[in-house]
Amino acid sequence: MRRQIPLYIVLVSGIVFVIQFFIPSHESEFIFEYGQDWVMVIGILALPLGIWSYLRKTWLTAVKKPKERFFAGVSLFGFAIMMLTGLKRESLMAGSLYMELFEYVLIPIQATIFSLLAFYIASAAYRAFRARSVIATMLLGTAFIVMLRLIPLGPISDLNQALVGWILSVPNMAAKRGLLIGIGLGAIATCIKIILGIERTYLGRD
Amino acid sequence: MKWHEKMLNIDRRWIYLILGVAVIVPAVVSFHVPVNVTPEVRRVYDFIEDLKPGDIFYVGIDYDPASLAELHPMAYAILDQCFRKDIKPVVATLSQFGAGMAEQVLSEVAAEYGKESGIDYCYLGYKPYPAITIMLMGVDFRVPFPQDYYGTPIDSIPMMRYVHNFDDLKGVISLSAGTSSEFWIIYGYGRYFMPLALGVTGVMAADYYPYLQSGQIFGLISGIKGAAEYEALTEYKGEGLKSIPYQTASHVVILAFIIVSNIGYFASRRSKK
Amino acid sequence: MTTVELLWNGLAAFLTLCIFSFLYKDNPFYKFAEQLVAGVALGYWTMLLYHTTFTDKVLIPIFQQGKLHYILPTIMGIMMWTRFSKKLAYLSRIAIAFYIGVGTGVALPLYMYNYVFRQLQATVVPLQFSWLGLNSLLMVTFVTCTLFYFFFSKEHKGTFGGLSKVGIYTLMAGFGASFGLTVMGRVALLVQRIIFLREYFIALFGS
Repeated sequence: MRRQIPLYIVLVSGIVFVIQFFIPSHESEFIFEYGQDWVMVIGILALPLGIWSYLRKTWLTAVKKPKERFFAGVSLFGFAIMMLTGLKRESLMAGSLYMELFEYVLIPIQATIFSLLAFYIASAAYRAFRARSVIATMLLGTAFIVMLRLIPLGPISDLNQALVGWILSVPNMAAKRGLLIGIGLGAIATCIKIILGIERTYLGRD
Repeated sequence: MKWHEKMLNIDRRWIYLILGVAVIVPAVVSFHVPVNVTPEVRRVYDFIEDLKPGDIFYVGIDYDPASLAELHPMAYAILDQCFRKDIKPVVATLSQFGAGMAEQVLSEVAAEYGKESGIDYCYLGYKPYPAITIMLMGVDFRVPFPQDYYGTPIDSIPMMRYVHNFDDLKGVISLSAGTSSEFWIIYGYGRYFMPLALGVTGVMAADYYPYLQSGQIFGLISGIKGAAEYEALTEYKGEGLKSIPYQTASHVVILAFIIVSNIGYFASRRSKK
Repeated sequence: MTTVELLWNGLAAFLTLCIFSFLYKDNPFYKFAEQLVAGVALGYWTMLLYHTTFTDKVLIPIFQQGKLHYILPTIMGIMMWTRFSKKLAYLSRIAIAFYIGVGTGVALPLYMYNYVFRQLQATVVPLQFSWLGLNSLLMVTFVTCTLFYFFFSKEHKGTFGGLSKVGIYTLMAGFGASFGLTVMGRVALLVQRIIFLREYFIALFGS
């Protein structure tokens, strides 16, 4: 029963919301609005699970691993500071300490972590981007032409821009469309399997 | 070790150093790089330019600091255009760190034009679960956002008195770095068929051309170049145009890396034969 | 910049350089900044969620506006927390099942429409004797050949193999375009940080 009831809930709610899409009536819209609103509330209350998991893991690291204690402490300190400075709703406005910490701590660090990718992509371009075969040469050639569009090439700039425009709107578009159709069919199959109870991984183990 | 083997096995930190130096060059030696405007960016500009004063337009700041470099300039340029034309933007964010950045953009640009929250723009704030939020916004903005970001009930905001859902807006643009763009197309356009444009990062841009060609989106601003194109159209002096010379220098270096490594690779292959 | 702005931007510049130090090798400065951002990000998001989401969608509707129909989803949401208890973990499945059922039911027709119908509709366009017509013909050919490539129930030999080869070349053109744009995107992130550092040091030494 512990696994059967959730499967019946998925079956009934899945079928109701598929049918709802095709019925344009006030009652149908009522079901849709309340269904989505309830799902949002459930989701909101589920989010503290992730917060609790991270805090628990960081606390255990601080307690059990002396070598990593300082850095775990830094993480917990950052969390505590933001909690304290963000206690009032007014803290969400620009100029508060909470927003200053967001702007001068969170934004620079996150932006810089992702900016390291530029170096990694340069390294990858040097080490791995080789014309080993016809297919690899095609990939390399197309990437080369697209990257040239930010470089002023004098008389052939206009030709390069037109070529890049064509590459993006014809072969690239066709390739991505083929992938999209395949992904869409796969996603539809997965949705049907979930609704019919064939796919049950979301239930977890007993 | 032969020259091509040395070349192919170079320490990656030399590559980092060369790229780092290349990116710093435009900081010392300034030069101008012309930016040509693509049709997909011009369509977004023309759409907003054709709106009348008082029209209401949705701007989604659905990105986080990791994509700040590419999408923040777009946000500034679009909101500047809206305020310049007295268009009233409804702004919301579906990204957890977008809320702070949207507040930053709005407070700066609105202050330049003397615009007031609730009268000239409305900042709804943040809600999690983008797909659900988009679908509920299509029913009524008051369902996912009973209050705005500052805690004011939506019903008491003058600008939102007659605005209930996407039918009451002229269009939607979402600036997004993740799955929100896809969700806007599937759950937003797919259910409500409102005019939709996207601003996306360079990494994702190529994936959205099928939607552009099929008409599911009417415009696409791609990456830092798209942001620079939009700034050129709106004549807004922002970070987009400023970044292009740096981009050019970096691209030259990366293309040189590709050429040099392939020369080494082919020399290595020939010597093995 | 004012003195306060210089100090705040100085903190941002210091943290930026801490992260950049990782390019040489892993070091305590990088670890410090990495752990700090994890804590600050979680703390920021927690308070934002509390004020704009939990308060607006749960506390105010139930306790101030008397919308008692929110009690049932609130109880279901709290049931999600039973995942941590071995005895009561089965209760969380009910909330998850409702969430999954509604989500897949809503998504199914939308995926069919957006990923399949609209894409096929946009592929089958009237052909014309013009450059636009040539592009449309190429588009139809490339999309069809790409779909042929992904059909693995038949061996890729003969005519079918030839069409699959056109498909793989189309895919390579698409991936090449994606790579070119990815390089632009990744470099833009670095450029923004360099511009920030440049402007900070000019303001610092200028003042």
